[in-house]
Amino acid sequence: MQSKQIIKTGMLVIALSALVACKSSSDVEEAAAPASSSSSSASSSAAPSAPALSQEEIRAQNALRQTVFYFDFDIAEFKAEDRNTLTYHARDLAANPNKRIRLEGHADERGTREYNLALGERRANGILNYMVVNGASRSQIEVVSYGEERPAQTGQNEQAYARNRRVEVVAR
Amino acid sequence: MKLRLALSGLLLSLLSVGADAALSIQITKGVDNPVPIAIVPFSWQGDGVLSEDIAQIVMNDLEQVGEFRALSRSNMLSMPSEQREVYYRDWRILAQDYLLIGKINRAPNSQLVQVQYEFFDINREMKLSGEILTGSVTQLRDIAHTISNVVFEQVTGIPGAFNSQILYIVGEGEGPDNTTFRLERSDYDGARAQVLLESREPIMSPSWSPDGRDVAYVSFETDLPRIYIQNIASGERRQITNYPNINSSPVFSPDGTKLAMVLSKDGSPDIYVQDLLNNQLMRVTSHPAIDTEPSWTPDGRSIVFMSDRTGQPQIYQMALGANDYDVERLTYDCFQCAKAKFLPDGVNLVHVRRETRQNPTYHIAILNIETLRVINLTDTSLDESPTLAPNGSMIMYATKFNGRGVLDAVSIDGRVKFRLPSTQGDVREPSWSPLLN
Repeated sequence: MQSKQIIKTGMLVIALSALVACKSSSDVEEAAAPASSSSSSASSSAAPSAPALSQEEIRAQNALRQTVFYFDFDIAEFKAEDRNTLTYHARDLAANPNKRIRLEGHADERGTREYNLALGERRANGILNYMVVNGASRSQIEVVSYGEERPAQTGQNEQAYARNRRVEVVAR
Repeated sequence: MKLRLALSGLLLSLLSVGADAALSIQITKGVDNPVPIAIVPFSWQGDGVLSEDIAQIVMNDLEQVGEFRALSRSNMLSMPSEQREVYYRDWRILAQDYLLIGKINRAPNSQLVQVQYEFFDINREMKLSGEILTGSVTQLRDIAHTISNVVFEQVTGIPGAFNSQILYIVGEGEGPDNTTFRLERSDYDGARAQVLLESREPIMSPSWSPDGRDVAYVSFETDLPRIYIQNIASGERRQITNYPNINSSPVFSPDGTKLAMVLSKDGSPDIYVQDLLNNQLMRVTSHPAIDTEPSWTPDGRSIVFMSDRTGQPQIYQMALGANDYDVERLTYDCFQCAKAKFLPDGVNLVHVRRETRQNPTYHIAILNIETLRVINLTDTSLDESPTLAPNGSMIMYATKFNGRGVLDAVSIDGRVKFRLPSTQGDVREPSWSPLLN
């Protein structure tokens, strides 16, 4: 119950900040106020604060430009450093209900192919769940795993492997 | 179930792709004391030159399985083509144990040819077998493999599998969006390769129906992994699954009436069995971890599969219709064990094995589940997708050589190895046919 409440509050914050994001930059000051006041009551760390809004927009744009997320070997959880970026992606989906994306999960070639297919899905699902918790709708996101079938870089070395363990966000 | 018979961007073809450019065998490890055998060039009584050298094909067959060493033609003292021309002494002084001779004639009043072969034991000075095989000129290679089967069985007591075929996947091109994927079929030695399916999207996990007529595989041609069954001779195909998320790893039951598969429609990948007659779907495992890579036990009553429910891939077995807590774990002593299938004895389990966390190398191994003895069969480092020859004598698998995917084969005692090098693309996921007639 409690966690649901938090999610609801968080979603309200996201919805409001999404409204803010939709406004043109000319009335930024004006729109920022309600967003910041409501966010103060929720414990959402990523909610924008009033004076930083244009910077916040830039941050959001930069975040949305990152569409490939890399993973450690045999690990299905995305890296902690990608959390903020993924939050921006989730908010962008929440703000644009007509937007659809595809999360394409990949693995490096070590391990068996069918296991890697499953690992790629597990990685993509991790990001899917995070995005849904952060405001995206489940129906906006399609997940597909390619396992080790579509390497970004061929070769039997750690550099290639690191580039191949990834989830790509693809606009549909 | 939705049928998709023809799709744009997809090429169905039964044409040969230039077998020479595809695969040719090279022996990488033979036995210490191979059986010496003399295989005399078969005489040809007709006009022109035959497209195939039967004696050479038999020689290649027998040498690449490692048990035999063929006498060089230049060392032969005579070249008999029928029994009355055979002098055992000629072969005994060359230290040969066996002799194969033959001749090829145009069949009377037809386009067919008749191949007569005779097989002799030099030490016992006796004819072991011989017959006349009739076929078209395009079947000479099949006739040669049939003769290899006879010789192999006479000497080793094991039926030969030289008429068998393989399916495999070829990926060609650089970069994730610039690769062409092909499902191909060839003779077991890579000859006569044919493209069964070509696509810009991945193709995975080909496997034969037990009668050798159909192939099940996964194709991403709709942008999503879905299972298809294709008739090999006609090319006719149908989509078998269209469930959300992963649809993968199709494997026919031993009686051919069911298809084991992996579906993640309920959250995580689980093993399912679909009845091919009434399309009824039965769930076999239901665990939040990854369950995949199903194979059937020889009696068709249980499924062997891989699960990472303890954190790392291990091999489990479960009877059809059993509860999830009736699962039996088969492997304990490896960091990762995967892609397992029982040999026909139901005791020896072929699998992919990574021994330790520290060393990320993957080998093909056999575990005896009664004695718990493990035999490691390979020494390359990225070995996967083992598949058993229909006579149980060899295992073919995929590995990397010079950065490219190649198919290797190893005898189940590990003594003999051969490789089918590819000249183009990454070759992988071999599937060895049942015995074909």
